[in-house]
Amino acid sequence: MTKDLIVQHGLTEEEYQKIVTLLGRELNLTELGMFSVMWSEHCSYKSSRTFLKKLPTDAPHVIQGPGENAGVVDIGDGLAAVFKMESHNHPSFIEPYQGAATGVGGILRDIFTMGARPIALLDSLRFGPLDSPKNRYLFSGVVAGIAGYGNCIGVPTVGGEVYFNEIYNYNPLVNVFCLGIARKDRIFRGWASGAGNPVLYIGAKTGRDGIHGATMASDSFDEGSESMRPTVQVGDPFTEKLLLEACLELMEQDLLVGIQDMGAAGLTSSSCEMASRAGTGIELELANVPRREPSMTPYEVLLSESQERMLLVAKSGREGEVLDICKKWDVDAAVIGRVTNDGFLRVKEKGVVVAEVPARALTDNAPTYERPADAPAYQDALQTLPLELVPEPKDCNAVLEALLTSPTIAHKGWVFEQYDHMVQTNTVIRPGSDAAVLRIKGTDKALAVTADCNSLYCVLNPYTGAASAVAEAARNLVCAGARPLALTDCLNFGNPERPDIMWQFILAVEGIADACKALQIPVVSGNVSFYNETRGLSIYPTPIIGMVGLLDHVEQAVSQGFKAEGDAILLLGETGEDLGGTEYLRAVHHREQGTPPVLNLEREAALQRVVLQAVEQGLVRSAHDCAEGGLAVALAESSLSATNGPLGAEVVLDRHGLRRDSLLFGESQSRIILSVKPANREKIEVLARQDGVPCSVLGFVRGQRLMISIRDDRGGTALWIDRTCDKLDTMWRGALRAALDTGEGGHA
Amino acid sequence: MSISLRVGILVFPGSNCDRDCQHAVSQVMGAKADFIWHKESMLPHVDAVIIPGGFSYGDYLRTGAIARFSPVMAAVTRFAEAGGLVLGICNGFQILLEAGLLPGAMLRNRSLSFLCKDVHLRVENADTPFTRRCKPGQVLTLPIAHGEGNYYADQATLAKLKARNQVIFRYCTKDGEVTPEANPNGSLDNIAGIVNDAGNILGLMPHPERCADALLGNEDGRLILLSLLEAIKSGRYAPKPVLAHNVS
Amino acid sequence: MKAKVSITLKRGILDPQGQAVLHALSSLGYTGVKDVRVGKLIELDLATHDRAGAEAEVKAMCERLLANTIIEEYRIELME
Repeated sequence: MTKDLIVQHGLTEEEYQKIVTLLGRELNLTELGMFSVMWSEHCSYKSSRTFLKKLPTDAPHVIQGPGENAGVVDIGDGLAAVFKMESHNHPSFIEPYQGAATGVGGILRDIFTMGARPIALLDSLRFGPLDSPKNRYLFSGVVAGIAGYGNCIGVPTVGGEVYFNEIYNYNPLVNVFCLGIARKDRIFRGWASGAGNPVLYIGAKTGRDGIHGATMASDSFDEGSESMRPTVQVGDPFTEKLLLEACLELMEQDLLVGIQDMGAAGLTSSSCEMASRAGTGIELELANVPRREPSMTPYEVLLSESQERMLLVAKSGREGEVLDICKKWDVDAAVIGRVTNDGFLRVKEKGVVVAEVPARALTDNAPTYERPADAPAYQDALQTLPLELVPEPKDCNAVLEALLTSPTIAHKGWVFEQYDHMVQTNTVIRPGSDAAVLRIKGTDKALAVTADCNSLYCVLNPYTGAASAVAEAARNLVCAGARPLALTDCLNFGNPERPDIMWQFILAVEGIADACKALQIPVVSGNVSFYNETRGLSIYPTPIIGMVGLLDHVEQAVSQGFKAEGDAILLLGETGEDLGGTEYLRAVHHREQGTPPVLNLEREAALQRVVLQAVEQGLVRSAHDCAEGGLAVALAESSLSATNGPLGAEVVLDRHGLRRDSLLFGESQSRIILSVKPANREKIEVLARQDGVPCSVLGFVRGQRLMISIRDDRGGTALWIDRTCDKLDTMWRGALRAALDTGEGGHA
Repeated sequence: MSISLRVGILVFPGSNCDRDCQHAVSQVMGAKADFIWHKESMLPHVDAVIIPGGFSYGDYLRTGAIARFSPVMAAVTRFAEAGGLVLGICNGFQILLEAGLLPGAMLRNRSLSFLCKDVHLRVENADTPFTRRCKPGQVLTLPIAHGEGNYYADQATLAKLKARNQVIFRYCTKDGEVTPEANPNGSLDNIAGIVNDAGNILGLMPHPERCADALLGNEDGRLILLSLLEAIKSGRYAPKPVLAHNVS
Repeated sequence: MKAKVSITLKRGILDPQGQAVLHALSSLGYTGVKDVRVGKLIELDLATHDRAGAEAEVKAMCERLLANTIIEEYRIELME
């Protein structure tokens, strides 16, 4: 084996020697290919594994934690929620439509592999600003790809988030989340148990697609990346729909022992992981693998990342029934091997052994690294924000308009109207509110889902930023009336071989862990995406949190829009001088600096308890988290999100010695705006007082204008924001489309 | 609603609103709803057929183009020719057009994008088995979710549709005005739904099954499903038994 | 024998894809393009060598499945 070949396969000399020691011999090329993908960062989590152990993963309702295709939690009524989030960043940069589409396809398979019918998708997206044609091309291509796949297969895309920042210019993020529902007593896992059981391949035929996609995802980008298009896989949602129905029917008929998606590293990863989990071996005959292209080598068949394929272990003697069901659904299927008890992954081509390695050598024996970590030299400068250099705005109306039209805050209708967000007829609260809510047919319950992360907070302070992402996700669920159950994370970072990136990563994981402990929310699945770096520039650390919550009574679902004239508007939580890392500072003063808003996890937990109690007692008409853009933007959003057209608000804020911009646009954490019937105001105040949560009456839902006054500490009141709802509505809803229409030619 | 009413819901590879239609018809409206697999060449005993939305055969080639050749579509054609009621929703409408059971064809949305949102529809003809519960001119709110709902027919066909009151729904403003701004997809004459000459086959792009359940915040779709079930109950649309080759 | 079937929307039917491409081309500086029609190309590999028979059969395929003649027109090209 030459050094060049080893380097080309992304392995270090030491890693290669470790494999030779494990095997007691040199590798052949096929085996080198298999180790190269399985020991890649993408498959092995070698730089992150040690630190991920800090995350709390246990709770009485957790049925399956991390390590499987997806996490599973008990939701009562004999049902379980199955969910996971994954990144498809690199493929989406190379070919946005197919990259995003196959990302959706992959996460869907992770969910139905577990025996769940997928019921909702979310997407967290990050792009560079839309004034560049390339970014417009990437953004519209990704949205179209998500739509193309999700709409066709009939799983509603019910929300997510989109942020725009220069840092994602050459490295956009596409993270996809999927939630499914399974019977609690019929969860399937990727286990190849029972020596002698047949191993079956079902789904699309194998071609040369995406060979070495896993190593691609473990490499930084360079100038040549755009010429890598041939390795990008093409998605076929129609085939996936048939595969989904076939798999669910196979599970219903109780024919399977184990099942796993052929995702990254295809047949290699699915077979060795299934054997490794069960402590068995697998013997494969590649000649039986359905193929799309002639004269493929064993290396290519083993490493192909053709989409829409599954590896099954069936109960012995039932393979005929499996083949019949696949035939009914026009899905290709073949017996390609059997389970053995010798612990080896043995691969034959027409009876000749072409690779033979212990399954666990590929999985459990992959190296783990505790790479050096150190704060970057610029961190102190980044966190310094001399407020005297930030003039207080004279025209707060103009600031509000600038924020409402900033693409990050603007209404995302252009995105979610391209997604079928209603198919399956469960969407009780549609995209655009704090969390989407899906009823569970046949029960009185509903699930709420959200995905959140403010990466600007994370670059300023990775610990606080990541903890805030957890807190915000939970807060969003609570605003919808749901009790947070568990989360999945998708940790997007730069190159882990750089100490500053490792420092960010370790702190972010600690932040997530501490927030999870404080809010009692376990982590049940996740994904790490390193090497999000192009030309030496890393993205901001972006640990995206996907979270699922439960409503015991679907009728209690709450949305963010005001409901009725005359309702009282309440603020739970407290506003401080929190301008660091705000969208206001970024969009208006062009500064990305300071310390992110302080997060006190005990206060956060108390706030969420109070709001949940209020919702459960039926006291809340609308609830909305104060996030990017602060109080003023949150009030505007509640006003403009009213179901039958905007409802105005008249609000007075007490100054409490704060700067005007902090009061209106600061992003202090742990704040929720409620609107309630005036008669229920006191009941909420009592609930808040019992838990020590500050509660103030801001004003009333009234008229067709948004009017925000500030009462100074001497009692004088001045009107700082006064705009008609219609004007704000037009700006807010039109901004994203306007940004896309500016400039010509979306085809970079 | 009487339990004896039976609605058959076709399932093609790629159908994805089949279960939604079943839920709306059975759980919400209280009738029986049975799935009919696309490979069936005979219909079981049903009082009406729904061709649901989705992406039959991946919408490859053209929407509905491959599904129309499924064995079950020959059976549906015979059922319709015998006077049975057929409701095609979204992809179901597209299949009916490709099958020639309704006149015209579907083009891509003018915006070239898939569009999922609530739209307003004006009921242009309330004297059909699908709209008898509506009032003429009534404005309904229903969701659409499609990439190809841009209805097209040549001038002669359009004139005939209008003359015979076969245009059942038009996209309109919330006040019932049929304007270009209220047209979400570029559809000819704002057409959202039409019936055949005999009046027993309706195709429409919006999804009544998505707004039949109060829990989802809108029940306008009930009016269409209720009309269908009441029309069946009236006995006027029971398919006549037919011998092979005798379909007049 | 191979057949290539080109399918485009009929003249007179708005082709929004074609319009979008035209727009994009002009923004890239190709202002000399007067019109764009986007269509599909279907390649068939036929078992026969009988040209006339093949032509008739492919035409029938177009009429029945490959094209929707209400909105589309097609052109068949046969090659050995």
